[in-house]
Amino acid sequence: MLEKILLLLSLSLSVAEGLCKPGVGEAYKVRFSIKTALGDQAYPWNKNEMFLFRAALAFAMRDFTNGEEFGVSDIHPCNETQRVSFWFVVTRPKTMDLVDKGTVEMAIKKSRNRINGAFLLTDKTLEFDGIYPTLAAPVSPDTPPWLIVFGVVMGAVSVGIIALLVYPLVQRKLKKNMDADDEDSDEETGVKTAENGANDGIYNSTFSDDERFTQM
Amino acid sequence: MRLVLPNPGLDLRIPRHEDLERMEKQEAADRPKWDNKAQYILTCVGFCIGLGNVWRFPYLCQSHGGGAFLIPYLILLVLEGMPLLLLEIAIGQRLRKGSVGVWRAISPYLTGVGIGSMLVSFMVALYYNTLIAWIMWYFFNSFQDPLPWTNCPLNENRTGFIPECQQSSTVDYYFYRVTLNASNSIADSGGLQWPIIICLLAAWTVVCICCIRGISTSGKAVYITAILPYIVLAIFLIRGLTLKGALSGIKFLFTPDVEELMNPTTWLDAGAQVFYAFGLAWGGLISFSSYNPVHNNCVQDSVILSVVTGLTSVYAATVTYSIIGFRATEKYDTCINENIRTLLNGFELPEDSITASNYNAALHHLNSSNPDTVFGLDIKTCDMQKLLSEGVEGTGLAFIVFTEAITKMPGSPAWSVLFFIMLLCLGLSTLFGNIEGVVVPLKDFNLFPQKWPHEILTGATCFVSFIICLLFAQPSGIYWLTLFDNFAGSVPLLTIGLFEMIAVVYIYGIDRFNEDIKFMVGRKPSIFWQITWRFISPLIVLVILVFYLVTQAQKQLNYLVWDINSETFPALTSIPYPSWIYAVIFLLAGVPSLVVPMYALCRLIFVCYKKKIGRYFISRHHENNHGNAFEQTLLTHLNVNTH
Repeated sequence: MLEKILLLLSLSLSVAEGLCKPGVGEAYKVRFSIKTALGDQAYPWNKNEMFLFRAALAFAMRDFTNGEEFGVSDIHPCNETQRVSFWFVVTRPKTMDLVDKGTVEMAIKKSRNRINGAFLLTDKTLEFDGIYPTLAAPVSPDTPPWLIVFGVVMGAVSVGIIALLVYPLVQRKLKKNMDADDEDSDEETGVKTAENGANDGIYNSTFSDDERFTQM
Repeated sequence: MRLVLPNPGLDLRIPRHEDLERMEKQEAADRPKWDNKAQYILTCVGFCIGLGNVWRFPYLCQSHGGGAFLIPYLILLVLEGMPLLLLEIAIGQRLRKGSVGVWRAISPYLTGVGIGSMLVSFMVALYYNTLIAWIMWYFFNSFQDPLPWTNCPLNENRTGFIPECQQSSTVDYYFYRVTLNASNSIADSGGLQWPIIICLLAAWTVVCICCIRGISTSGKAVYITAILPYIVLAIFLIRGLTLKGALSGIKFLFTPDVEELMNPTTWLDAGAQVFYAFGLAWGGLISFSSYNPVHNNCVQDSVILSVVTGLTSVYAATVTYSIIGFRATEKYDTCINENIRTLLNGFELPEDSITASNYNAALHHLNSSNPDTVFGLDIKTCDMQKLLSEGVEGTGLAFIVFTEAITKMPGSPAWSVLFFIMLLCLGLSTLFGNIEGVVVPLKDFNLFPQKWPHEILTGATCFVSFIICLLFAQPSGIYWLTLFDNFAGSVPLLTIGLFEMIAVVYIYGIDRFNEDIKFMVGRKPSIFWQITWRFISPLIVLVILVFYLVTQAQKQLNYLVWDINSETFPALTSIPYPSWIYAVIFLLAGVPSLVVPMYALCRLIFVCYKKKIGRYFISRHHENNHGNAFEQTLLTHLNVNTH
């Protein structure tokens, strides 16, 4: 443990590449999942893409610190793997002072969309270990849609109820008008013979004993 | 000589064959009629085919040996379901009364059977319509993209999701928290959920308006509610079969496991499912058949209904399991991909080195070379069988499994709307029969003034039911609903069905019944019907009832709750019922079952008492020569002949 700290201290005073040590200090890990995101149209990872990453991150730092002249050389990657993941540290322009983790995090958070866009990736396929993406709030309309549908259904039901209540009244009115017309025509034609299937007589159910059910 | 219990006065209580013919010619307007045969068949089909065909039968099929379950199901359909069906249809058509009227006509002591049917229909209508209300809530919420149960709500600092949602799943959270706001136990009822109240109001008004004039309105509504589910099932079948993984679901459903046939539970479950699937003992079928013309071929109708119900169950099961297979495959693929990602990230391997096809080999290789690292990565096991068999019964199927599957289909809002409309139609058509089984007996009882039109009676019933349904709008509502489902709709139906068969075969008289069917249809029922009515069907129902009671009495009554704080979260926790629940269970299951013997007993006591009082006053009357005015009125009231 002690040797590691001494090594770190000695290295930090030496060449710039020595600044980046995975897992310690101000280093962040970034992971690209290009094939997952783009499938057949995936581009291969090479030095040019790495350059683009450094440029994008320098832009993010410039944007956040509002003018400090960060350049590509201020982003130091290391420990690149086949997974396409690597660690990086950021140093202040023209000096070798490491920028602290908090500032780097906030800069990345601010320009996350731009960085993603540069690589045609998303929050899930371009991951910064430890920096959680701010999730987009779900779109909620002013009137909940379900209330609208409920209103439609209840409206239809109310129309149905009103129709059911009004229909017999309307029918009765029409019948009254028709009866009034019939009476006029009856007086004109005189007596009509009753033809109600009177061969057998009509069975008058008043006299039949329907209440044969014993009562409790 | 057939065994028939003495039943004096039967001929006075029922219309003779000649009376029936005359009433047919008269076309008496006081009794409603079907517009055509199709309406009657559709109403009965709609009544029989309900939510249980979609979410109970497929589960039973899958858990009791897949394709092999069809054997006990079809056997019991023919031996138990069809005879009872013909019995109810024929007796309704012959005696031309609702359920209370029919049993009262056979014997006044049997009115209890009708009362039991009415009580059961009422209690089932209560919780069934609550299910309809929940379906309506989901239906109303399906008209948006993305569907509200696709995503979890965010927590305060918008970096993650609400923990309850994160630990379970979006669909679980939406059902238990957003829709129901489920509490921790059945005793824990805090306030009312107003979205549920609104949906209950919508459900009860729709039912009311469809049933308001009896079969003249509900008969028109069934054209839609009975036919639409078949169309939607066809659409889902076509869609389901084109989805990846559908065939694995169907294979899982129908793979026969013949050993399950040795298990008695399989046969009991099949018998119970046939019984409930046919809507027997609810009184609705008797009522519907009483509006038929006298010479309607009821034997043919019962066979058609049985065949249609059986085929629809299999059809619905196929569709359901194609969708379940799709969902299970999706979840399995997601699980495998997650594991692949974890492995790639953990071992820093290039992206395409592990794919779904070489996953197992790669995992094995890595595990043998670096077991500690692999252990530290916490790889989840992806089990396809487990995914296929999880949560696929009852409300869990419709509101959790299916809604999740729908979110994964392209064009989800459309599929969601279709699915919930289908469930709505299935539920509504069953409810029409239920309401018929409640309102017509109330009318037969003359509890309400005669001059009140049918509309007021239906409206009053629906209003009272809505008020009682507010019990299910509480946060503990789902637990009450499960209680009702388990107890109100199980034992009472079996008991009443048993009493019905005994009543018709041994009190009404099987000979008289055969003569009736010969008069109505033209042919005496064959030996198959005779044997099943007299011995086989009552025996089967009795066996199921006894086994059910025995198993219920033996185990401690537990129920499943949604408890965030329990260890088994997100799975439902099983806790015992509080002790006061037993009183409620007695009310739900005991009262309708016991009302049959209790009513007969009370009537016996009352009649004996009347006779004794009458005899006492006659002797006094003869002594005193006419007695006083009070005794005169009393004697006439007791219908005693004073001369």
